[in-house]
Amino acid sequence: MDDSIAMQVTRYRPDKNSQPVPVDYEVPLRTEWTVLDGLNHIKAEQDETLSFRWSCRMGICGSCGMNVNGEPRLTCATFLSDYAPGPVRVEPLANFPVVKDLIVDITDFMEKLPRVKPWIIRDDDVTEIDGEYIQTPEELEAYQQFSMCINCMLCYAACPVYGLDPDFVGPAAIALAERYDLDSRDRGSRERLDVLIEKEGVWGCTFVGECTSVCPKHVDPAGAIQRYKLKAAQESVKAFLLPKALRR
Amino acid sequence: MSAPVTRVPSYQRRIGVFWWVHKRSYFLFVMRELSSIFVAWFVVYLLMFVAAVAGGQQRYDEFLDRATSPLLLVVNAVGLAFLVLHTVTWFALTPKAMVLRLGGRRVPGTAMLAAQYVALAVVSAFIYWLVVKA
Repeated sequence: MDDSIAMQVTRYRPDKNSQPVPVDYEVPLRTEWTVLDGLNHIKAEQDETLSFRWSCRMGICGSCGMNVNGEPRLTCATFLSDYAPGPVRVEPLANFPVVKDLIVDITDFMEKLPRVKPWIIRDDDVTEIDGEYIQTPEELEAYQQFSMCINCMLCYAACPVYGLDPDFVGPAAIALAERYDLDSRDRGSRERLDVLIEKEGVWGCTFVGECTSVCPKHVDPAGAIQRYKLKAAQESVKAFLLPKALRR
Repeated sequence: MSAPVTRVPSYQRRIGVFWWVHKRSYFLFVMRELSSIFVAWFVVYLLMFVAAVAGGQQRYDEFLDRATSPLLLVVNAVGLAFLVLHTVTWFALTPKAMVLRLGGRRVPGTAMLAAQYVALAVVSAFIYWLVVKA
């Protein structure tokens, strides 16, 4: 194995660059080093102005998502040695505006997320004093997969629909809506459906499937969206055929 | 309530018209979408065929004559390729879009996929029997 590997890192310094530019660096190549370790080496040893987000280094926090050789990846879980002999191209996550270097602006997602009401909605006034909600292992299993989302935004970076139409609610938000819809304790599916049945909701999705491919937590947002489409279609048919009193 | 959002100045990257040619999965996706046009073409072609059959022997013969023209042969050959792509990709997507439960257990994707191909074979065999043997 070579002693070092070339990293081509996209830099964007709003005061210096009119647009993002690739800058070449050389970092030590060690079997246990991830792309994030390479970036930290650059920052510590070569250029302290390089800016990027990271926190936990173990695929939990979802902060260090970047495009590595064109693919959205968690850089803490992507090993430099897999790209030897290099170069490794590191760019900010696709489809988001770039604030500086590898840092993207995810305000759009932060505004969309509460619109799908990703929390447990109840139609009664049960409080914790009344006791906990009982849930069987089967009921937990129904939504558990969708609850693994860490909001890393890789699915948004992989989704061409979101890239072309930023109004699209997007994979993670819809998967989270599905997570609460499938929760036996929740009663809020009607409220969420009102948001997601819109054109910019589930119907924006054309089932490219890349969101599921890149998800580091195996959440399967594409599956969630298609299941939601079925549900939305059934509701539309019901609304068309049944008198109001019989719907639900 | 959520805190007011502060917008920071940022650089908006543009997506090129040919975003779909650089990545295999995007290319396949666009081809799958494009295949719908050929599905529509075969529907129209089948309706034209039915109309020709209904129109008597002469119109039927004219239809068959036209069907052997090089242009139509190429269009239909390309169309068939896209139709196969359409079928294969849609079959592959079904288990991802649907959760089927039998006796409380989730039906595995491979079983759903196999069931679709079996159904396709049965329907094809019936059509073959109807057109050629009956």
